[in-house]
Amino acid sequence: MTAPAEASPQQSPKPGLNIAPYKTDVHPVWCPGCGDFGVLTCIYRMLATKQISPEQTVIVSGIGCSSRLPAYVNAYGFHTVHGRVLPVATGVKSANPKLEVLAVGGDGDAYSIGAGHIPHAARRNIDVCYIVMDNEVYGLTKGQGSATAPVELVKGTTPFGQLDEPLNPIAMAIAYNISFVARGYSGKPKELTELIIQGVEHNGFALVEVLSPCTTFHDTYKPISQRIRFIEPSHDPTDRLAAMKLAFEKDTIPLGLIYKSERSSFHERIQMTLDRAAKKGAGNVEKTLDSFK
Amino acid sequence: MIVFRIGGEGGEGVISCGEMLTLACARMGNEIYTFRSYPAEIKGGYAMFQVRTSNDILLSHGSALDVLVCFNQEAYDRCIAEMRNENSVLIYDSTSCHPKGDFKGIAYGVPASDLARLEMRNYLTKNVIILGILSKLFGIDPNILEEILRQRFGKKGEAILNLNFQALRKGIQYVEQNIEKRDHFLVTEQQNDNRIVLSGNQALALGAIAAGCRFYAGYPITPATDIMEFLARELPKYNGVVIQAEDEIAALSMVLGASYTGVKAMTASSGPGISLMAELLGLAGMAEIPAVIVDCQRAGPSTGMPTKTEQSDLNHALYAGHGEAPRIVMALSSVEDAFFGIIRAFNYAIRCQVPVIVLSDQYLAQRTATIRRPDMSKVIIEERKQPSAAELEHYKRFRLTETGVSPMAVPGEKGGVFTATGIEHGEDCELSYEPDNHMRMTQKRFKKLELVLKGADLYRRHGVQDQEIGIVGWGSSEGVIREAVQKANDKGLKVAAFHPKVLFPMLPEIGVFIRSCKKVIVPELNFTGQFAREIRAKFGVDVISYTKVAGLPFTPDELLEQIEKVNDQYVSKVK
Repeated sequence: MTAPAEASPQQSPKPGLNIAPYKTDVHPVWCPGCGDFGVLTCIYRMLATKQISPEQTVIVSGIGCSSRLPAYVNAYGFHTVHGRVLPVATGVKSANPKLEVLAVGGDGDAYSIGAGHIPHAARRNIDVCYIVMDNEVYGLTKGQGSATAPVELVKGTTPFGQLDEPLNPIAMAIAYNISFVARGYSGKPKELTELIIQGVEHNGFALVEVLSPCTTFHDTYKPISQRIRFIEPSHDPTDRLAAMKLAFEKDTIPLGLIYKSERSSFHERIQMTLDRAAKKGAGNVEKTLDSFK
Repeated sequence: MIVFRIGGEGGEGVISCGEMLTLACARMGNEIYTFRSYPAEIKGGYAMFQVRTSNDILLSHGSALDVLVCFNQEAYDRCIAEMRNENSVLIYDSTSCHPKGDFKGIAYGVPASDLARLEMRNYLTKNVIILGILSKLFGIDPNILEEILRQRFGKKGEAILNLNFQALRKGIQYVEQNIEKRDHFLVTEQQNDNRIVLSGNQALALGAIAAGCRFYAGYPITPATDIMEFLARELPKYNGVVIQAEDEIAALSMVLGASYTGVKAMTASSGPGISLMAELLGLAGMAEIPAVIVDCQRAGPSTGMPTKTEQSDLNHALYAGHGEAPRIVMALSSVEDAFFGIIRAFNYAIRCQVPVIVLSDQYLAQRTATIRRPDMSKVIIEERKQPSAAELEHYKRFRLTETGVSPMAVPGEKGGVFTATGIEHGEDCELSYEPDNHMRMTQKRFKKLELVLKGADLYRRHGVQDQEIGIVGWGSSEGVIREAVQKANDKGLKVAAFHPKVLFPMLPEIGVFIRSCKKVIVPELNFTGQFAREIRAKFGVDVISYTKVAGLPFTPDELLEQIEKVNDQYVSKVK
């Protein structure tokens, strides 16, 4: 079981960038070489680059190996239940829009048990950056195939191969009109950090799909490394058809910002509602009681 | 006192006719108490609306009918047996309803359908014509009715409004020209100040706002939807957020997310939605996040009977979810209690950092009643226990304390950073599977519930003090039970009722009460006697379970009959 050097947890951050304030002393439960170490470091770098204070940050997660991440970041965290990352994050951000809200989790959380919440987070355009660490398997239950597993994958619950075809998260995200859709790779932390920064800065729902291999149950470092390519700068992310074309690319795995559209975000629309209601006069319990006379 | 019932086909304006009659009686200063039963479909099926009006405080929708208005034959066939006596009044649409010889009271036939179709040239005016007939027959102020019509139809334009005014006058005229009043029922003006008229759902929603609720997420479901519609209109004025979620799982998830940031948050649903929330109830208990969850119970499992009433979600409210997570279960007993009860629910949730399930039901949610205008100066609103500056220096979110309650930091607070989690954890949120820790933390989480038992307004007691027969009911049956107990006391039976408002944790006072009775009846609207089983299990005392699953509430006479039966069988013989 070997992992490329760039995925190791010991990698040193960009010189001059102080990520120490964002670290906790909790030791990650992840296996050596797990892609999630790389993603965690990218999140530290994003926070350090943007100088977001720990108390203004909330990281919401679901259940799974990658969902343990909030405990490893010095920030407010909410480790919830399987599949409910997005509605919980929606509640956090809507109740206090001043907070920087990140959602994190794995492919099981995002594309299986919680997949029903994705179109609605997209419709609302919640101002949350959702980082999905996709390893194509359920790591915490010892490696069964997930919704993104290839058909030929033989695992404990699928000894004769998968019965289901893998879904295409990027195509799904573009179809749902998620307003920021990007793909990164835990083995390319510099570029991934940049994507996460853009996702956080984006006003609206940002999905950062991260290829984050599981070295224990489904080590995909080699095939991924052979197939990735960075999207050419000429790509126009506001061109939805061009984005969809990238989503369906078969021979290579395009990395980078794939699709982007600028729309008002959920909390902005909530604020508009509040402003409209305020014109009718501030709420007053005594007055409301009297309206029932 | 008059009990009116209007029956007919769904979509014919039965319910709106009843609502307008109710409002008019209330605006004339009368106490009112309504009950509605209707099909789940928008058109067709039998619908009925009952309103009891009086100058005295009302406890239930009543047992027998004084005035029955039949829009069609089905209403007659279904209801005629419920008429009180030979003084009772039947008003029927003579075009579509033909009373048989079995009715001995006073009957007035009115060709309402023909008047609507042929003279008004609009069948939809039938219910307003009938309103006019009721107005003239029973002295309901037509000016008040016109004002109500204006509020209802004003937005639809002058033409529609005038049509309705004409229909009202058509009904009044018909009585003037064709009917000689032979009954003695009259709705009279009363001087009742400081009263408001609202439904159980409206009282609950208003109480939530008064309690400081500033976040609501929900998914439409009968019979809880009015709560969300009310809050969607009102809460933004209070700078509060209302979100229509994609399902009930998302709704409670959003509520927990919002509550985590320090905002008082609530969701409301009915059985099917509450079923979906089960896993999140455990998360709220484990991560110690306050939340208020309202269950407007409806009848039956699965889809069941969405527009009918039942009290069959008690087991679910008490036990839904895996493992053992603390929660508080309350039941609302009246429209007034919906207002004050939901405020207590928020206080409990905040005080104990737990989910509070509040049981209402279709009977309470959708009925309208006159209540005393709540005096806000007497309402206590509790706020979340937050860590002190000293505590924030070495902050531990789940610090073990004497009460079990640990001060809760909110995001944005410096030094308070912590990760809320549903995984078993130690005081500092650290993951822990240690045997001692799980024991300690489970104890801590349940310890908090004791704070509820020390509070006020936990139960009510009605009837004589030296009771032989005790009634322990719960939820919306309180008024009906109280009325039955009064009637029984009037007959000389030694009966008293104990009505707990908190169902979990179980009040020790229930045990004291049942041990002081020779026999105890536990009336509830479910099949298996859910609360009776809880009482037996908790106190080791047998009780008589009296249940009904008809989609309808108990009536006072039904309960009285049961009391008399128990009295004959067990008590009078013992003497």
